[in-house]
Amino acid sequence: MSGIIEFENIGLRYGADTDILSDISFSLLTGGFYFLTGASGAGKTSLLKLLYLAQRPSRGVLKLFGEDVVMMHRDRLPGFRRRIGVVFQDFRLVPHLSAYDNIALPLRLSGMDEFELAGPVEEMLGWVGLGARADALPAALSGGEQQRIAIARAVISRPDILVADEPTGNVDPEMAKRLLGLFEALNRLGTTIVIATHDLPLISMVPQAQLMRLDKGRLIDPTGSLRYPPGQAQSGHEEGRALGKPG
Amino acid sequence: MMNAILSSFGASERIARKARSRWLPEGRRGPMPWIIAIILFLTILSAAAALGLGHALSQMRGELAGGYTIQLVEADAAKRDAQVEALKGFLNEDANIEHFDVVPRAQLQKQLEPWIGGALAQDELPIPALIDVTVKQGTGQQQITTMTKAIRQAAPSARVDAHQSYLAPVEETMRVMMWLAVALVVLMIFVTGAVVTLAMRSAHETHRPTIDIMHLLGATDIQVARLFQRRMAFDALFGGAVALAAALPLLWLLGNRINAAQSELMGMMTLPLFYWGIIVMIPIAGVLYAVLVARLTVQRTLERSL
Repeated sequence: MSGIIEFENIGLRYGADTDILSDISFSLLTGGFYFLTGASGAGKTSLLKLLYLAQRPSRGVLKLFGEDVVMMHRDRLPGFRRRIGVVFQDFRLVPHLSAYDNIALPLRLSGMDEFELAGPVEEMLGWVGLGARADALPAALSGGEQQRIAIARAVISRPDILVADEPTGNVDPEMAKRLLGLFEALNRLGTTIVIATHDLPLISMVPQAQLMRLDKGRLIDPTGSLRYPPGQAQSGHEEGRALGKPG
Repeated sequence: MMNAILSSFGASERIARKARSRWLPEGRRGPMPWIIAIILFLTILSAAAALGLGHALSQMRGELAGGYTIQLVEADAAKRDAQVEALKGFLNEDANIEHFDVVPRAQLQKQLEPWIGGALAQDELPIPALIDVTVKQGTGQQQITTMTKAIRQAAPSARVDAHQSYLAPVEETMRVMMWLAVALVVLMIFVTGAVVTLAMRSAHETHRPTIDIMHLLGATDIQVARLFQRRMAFDALFGGAVALAAALPLLWLLGNRINAAQSELMGMMTLPLFYWGIIVMIPIAGVLYAVLVARLTVQRTLERSL
């Protein structure tokens, strides 16, 4: 397995404020399943924003799919974003689009034919249990239903990376389990999953997942397994030493 | 099978277009189409004025070019007639002269009748003799000067006046008015650009949350810009149609009034068919311009985001 997401000494700050994230270095493997935890304000959402290219870091090197995206021209970013599915904490559904159209949005943006996308969208609506609410606007849906639509929208295009910010925060335990099953199924198909959550029972449901912990904007990685995953141990160690970091 | 059949008729693309059109909420249209209508209406009127004046100027130049009047101001009728005869001989021989006409005395008296009355006998009042001369096309100023000197030698009382100089103040006024109309057209182009830019910035700000979501889902700037461009195209098309519908009858009425005045000078301002074609093209150009400005504005605004 190769590193699909690489952070090297990433720092983030807004203006002259103190750092939101400091010296974040890790490498996530293709097909890996990762949970990101930490107290409120630890920087989870900020880190995820860097991951789904909503923001550029203030310093450091951020590589996605093997390419440095920090200095990348913005014209190239849509191509990367289409390979990343995102479940936003506040869902961010388009308010004037129906549940169906919200789910279909990533496929339409990628130029998929209307007849081709109808099948997957209806299937996904059924999968999240909202087949009967296809025409409903987000305002007419409950928080849990909106969250399920947001998840369906994030996974509909079978992204290479799925980033989810508290994806089960508004659903009942049964639905949470069902959604986690969907993430695992995607993961088995090769999608790298990164989920930010406080939900410890949820984390315990995926034994193969690796845990990342943030504390006050710094990554807690006592074993170094995130910084130097098995697939990259050699080069990572050497690079780490060259930078004067512990190996 | 059905899908393939429908796709072949472009149904899929139509549905996709309809779906894309919903990416931004339709909502109320607002005053934009009417603002564009007013601007384009004024642009059409200004352009028509500029074209009409330009046409009249070129007509006038064409008709007055090469035209001169030789005035023989000699009180003694015998001497005056002798000078006329001498000049006729000279003009007949000069290679630069296209043709000339000695204005009959009776015609001059008729023209003076409103001022001096018809009761005056023919020879009681010394009336200058007039000769209308047209020089050949391409005759230079140097040749005209030489010719004028020669005329004065042949007839010492002769005064040579270029026809263009009679109407120079009128021509100058018309030229100023034409450039004023052109300036108004240019100003309207700037105003259209400014209005569209402001409208697009405001619309972008209004729809920013939706645009942000689309960006994060992988929308390109072009995809987003097209949504605004499409909306502006509809607004401008409406505005253009209203402007043309209002301006054409007005211009036609004005043309009729000008023709009714039976003034040769005003008649020159009547637009030929080709110019009417240009006027009809103005709203179309306006729509294209508004759409282009909308696209560039949105693209530039988007460039400021990640």
